[in-house]
Amino acid sequence: MKSMWLAFLTIALVAVLADVGLDYAGFSSQDVTSSPSVRLD
Amino acid sequence: MTPRTFLSLIAMLALMAVPLSPATAQDAPVIDRSATGGATTLEDILLRQQGIKVDNTYRRDATGNPELAAPIQDQLGTLGGVSQSEDWQALRYNTADVTVSSRVPAAEVIMQDSGMAWQKFRSGPLLTYGGWLLAGMLGLLVLFYLVRGRIRIDGELSGRKILRFPAVERFAHWLLAGSFVVLGITGLIQLFGRYFIIPLIGHETYAPVAIAGKWVHNNVSWAFMVGLVLVTVFWIAHNIPNKHDLKWLAVGGGLFSKGVHPPAKKFNAGQKLIFWAVIVLGFSISASGLSLLFPFELPMFAVTFEKLNALGLPQLIGLGELPTTLAPHAEMQLAQLWHAIVAFLFIAIIFAHIYLGSVGMQGAFDAMGSGEVDEQWAKEHHGLWLAEVKAKSAKSATPAE
Repeated sequence: MKSMWLAFLTIALVAVLADVGLDYAGFSSQDVTSSPSVRLD
Repeated sequence: MTPRTFLSLIAMLALMAVPLSPATAQDAPVIDRSATGGATTLEDILLRQQGIKVDNTYRRDATGNPELAAPIQDQLGTLGGVSQSEDWQALRYNTADVTVSSRVPAAEVIMQDSGMAWQKFRSGPLLTYGGWLLAGMLGLLVLFYLVRGRIRIDGELSGRKILRFPAVERFAHWLLAGSFVVLGITGLIQLFGRYFIIPLIGHETYAPVAIAGKWVHNNVSWAFMVGLVLVTVFWIAHNIPNKHDLKWLAVGGGLFSKGVHPPAKKFNAGQKLIFWAVIVLGFSISASGLSLLFPFELPMFAVTFEKLNALGLPQLIGLGELPTTLAPHAEMQLAQLWHAIVAFLFIAIIFAHIYLGSVGMQGAFDAMGSGEVDEQWAKEHHGLWLAEVKAKSAKSATPAE
């Protein structure tokens, strides 16, 4: 059963990393949809 | 794109031949518009009210021609040679030269008319048929359980365990399975929430649930795609059909009668069907999911329709040529509907898989739980695979000469 729990933990980790990683890489909604003249932060 | 065309596209996508109604099949009636100077007539309005398709090129193309227009100083002259109504026609049919400051490609589309058809399909047939498909599959499984009961191991348990799936394969399976369950639940909450959950818990409570569900759905999808690739790599060679599959299918895999155990290798024909369904539906739902994850960046339907038209498939089932120029919104709407249609099929199939892998069959869960199964279980369900494993271990146990 270790494989199962490890896989479930990996799912959670991948989800968090995907969210943070995509934001960091400039794929957040505000990054993608605003023009260059908009100050985001 | 009219609502009827939109629904036809969905029907095409679902690979279902939907007979066209006479209104669509017949040619658009020719209307004399000389009395209105080419503008909409009462006949146009009446036909539209009856749901009869009217050729709207007289409006679509009426976007003005500055070269032929009356000069501005004349009584009927207009600024730029184009009247306001002609400007609106251009905006209505997306032929106006629009400049926007937003980077989103869809921002240049001021008006799109496929949204209502999408919304109607989403809240109508999609939910109705999708919901009944899932309920029907659950009902069938309950009926199967009541009639057949749990499929038990016929012989005596040997007490000897044999490794069926190594840890890495079990990890890949659970990565795919766990993410699928999460995606299925959060996806159904997004789809059915407005109709079934809001009446129960109210808008205020549902809102954070929907937002959290969307976050989970978007981000867990990556684990699903990784799991899908891993499972494909690990098991595709074992799932190539062979002659034993026909024998297995001929007796229904022994699922419907006690004491029947058709020979099978590592995967029997039923498992192969599940595997290929997972691969086809999994990659398809991933493609539409990526299109939805990166809005307007990965349009896939216009390209697909172009290829289908070239193959002549839509024409073959009477849909005619599918449109190969789609508004960005229409691409997203089609991606959402396709995503949901595939999801319903996928969930229904996985219901059966979960049932047989847990309560439906004695010993089946062990294969993915601990990874080890009793030899008697392997003998009854995967006899050829057991023989192969035993032959291999006997060979490796034989000392080298």
